[in-house]
Amino acid sequence: MKQAVIRKGPDFRKSWHKFSKNYLSAVGLGVVALVAVVAIFAPYIAPYPTHAGFFVDYPEAHESPNWLHIFGTDQFGRDVLTRIMFGFRYSLMMAVVVLSLVVPAGVVLGLVAGYYKGSKVEMVIMRAADIFLAVPPLVLALSICSVLTPSVFNAMMAVSLMWWPWYTRLVYSISSSLRNEAFVQAAEIAGASPFHMIFREILPNCLGPILTKMTLDAGWVILIGASLSFVGLGAQPPTPDLGTMVSDGASFLPEQWWISIFPALTIVLIILGFNLLGDGVRDMFAAESV
Amino acid sequence: MSTFILKRLSYTVFVLFGLSILIFVIARVLPGDPARLALGPRAPDWAVENLRQQLHLNEPLYIQYFYWVRDAVSGRLGESLVTRRDVMTDVLEFLPATLELITLSAILVVVLAIPIGMLAGRRANSWFDNVVRVLSYVGVAVPAFVVAIIFLLVFGFMLNIAPSIGRLSPSIVAPPTVTGFLTIDSLISGNMPAFYDAIVHLILPGLALALGPIAQEARITRSSVVENLNKDYILSTVSHGVPERLLTLKYLMRPSLIPTVSVMGLDISSLIANAFLVELIYNWPGISRYGITAMLRKDLNAIVAVVMIAGIIFAIANIVVDLIVAYLDPRIRYVERAA
Repeated sequence: MKQAVIRKGPDFRKSWHKFSKNYLSAVGLGVVALVAVVAIFAPYIAPYPTHAGFFVDYPEAHESPNWLHIFGTDQFGRDVLTRIMFGFRYSLMMAVVVLSLVVPAGVVLGLVAGYYKGSKVEMVIMRAADIFLAVPPLVLALSICSVLTPSVFNAMMAVSLMWWPWYTRLVYSISSSLRNEAFVQAAEIAGASPFHMIFREILPNCLGPILTKMTLDAGWVILIGASLSFVGLGAQPPTPDLGTMVSDGASFLPEQWWISIFPALTIVLIILGFNLLGDGVRDMFAAESV
Repeated sequence: MSTFILKRLSYTVFVLFGLSILIFVIARVLPGDPARLALGPRAPDWAVENLRQQLHLNEPLYIQYFYWVRDAVSGRLGESLVTRRDVMTDVLEFLPATLELITLSAILVVVLAIPIGMLAGRRANSWFDNVVRVLSYVGVAVPAFVVAIIFLLVFGFMLNIAPSIGRLSPSIVAPPTVTGFLTIDSLISGNMPAFYDAIVHLILPGLALALGPIAQEARITRSSVVENLNKDYILSTVSHGVPERLLTLKYLMRPSLIPTVSVMGLDISSLIANAFLVELIYNWPGISRYGITAMLRKDLNAIVAVVMIAGIIFAIANIVVDLIVAYLDPRIRYVERAA
């Protein structure tokens, strides 16, 4: 059947105008873009690409920041800046993998629960979501990782298992109210299938909040990944993960502060970047949802 | 109001029950034989098989769960592989330290975030507001374990202001245990040096945990104050000549705090989660550090117990938050009463 409601295509210039009204959003975009570029081209732009993995150079170990090693070297003589650059890869990979698993699953569950509001399906989905949210995500992710063999892959799976209910809740709250809007009812009267109504009528109206949450979440997923490896239940050495670097370096405080403080500060930078970017994305969609 | 509490409580029990099934399944279904883990890789096979029988590991999963619930209800959580004692004994020993830390952080959040947010909102776009805005942007983005490490470096090592490890200095005699909160116990026994020492040890980890929530709550309070300031009832109060202090503290504060308190549930969640990292950094002998040790050694009984305790603390905190919101917002109470 033909679509009942005519929708305009996205007006990118208008969106960009709204986005860039707050210059902090542009700063956020810049930070995220910079991190992404560094992550992608790390093997070409890092000063010492061999230092990313197994590498030992004891004469060079524990060197404070200098012109050869801007962020100093760690306990094995590896360049901290290089390892941070490669660490970006694992951080971004964490965010991309987790969000691409979690968002489709969480969104579909939320849509279905909202569409079938008041039914058994809704009850089962939303109660399950409540149970997964009954404990802070980090705690359950930690315990899942501890039962499995600690690795980057298992950390991603554990975080994904914990994260879907946030999207289910978000989408559920929107879709359950949209269910009674005139345009959805009109489609229903016109004989549209549930599939059509969920994905063609309701879903497009949830995209703004979903995209906003995804941007903000990218930072938090990276943080939870770093936290897992900080404890020793995520990425394992010699993987250049930011969390592992912070915890390894912490045992050399206070004399060799650079080993842990620089990776720690880059974690802050990444989260700040995604937060600012997320605010911009929210502004971009703010007027459209009114 | 009592039906509201009752409904809330029964749903909490349901959710915790679900959580216990979830964590039980995680601990049993994921690869790894609990009996083999308990005895170590070099134990003979017959010993492992004996332990499997003893732990009911050869029974179907739902029967194992039934046994676990039966034991848990009677206060036995199984033996911990880390301490070789019943997990319950460990929980009772380590839990108070964590509760004390989280309580102090929660107090810091309330005491610092609300006045800062109120003042920033009242003086919107002043220099104070701008400073608060920048600080809260950064504060939200800095993870607690990064704050903890930076505090450790700056205050613990460089300035040497606050001790950074443990709950008490070795030279201080611990007060007799009554509540398990060293601050309260030392006050009860009138041991002022111990009280002072306990507070000093609490400050760094407490602040490290609280900083993110403080930034978040100050921002929310600020925007809520600004929003309420433009409402008609405030205008009419002003035009009646109500003095500014009274206006702020009596008429503006209560409705402005509703969003602040509502988000506090999430703050508690972040306090509990971050305690797992901060306790590790400050070597704080609490349940979270115990939990991490258990996780690193695959101590299943202890892991299940620690996750359940985190869930229970979180659930209780959420009920309290809901009650405070219902107190602050009469609309919620009326809706509940009508329902």
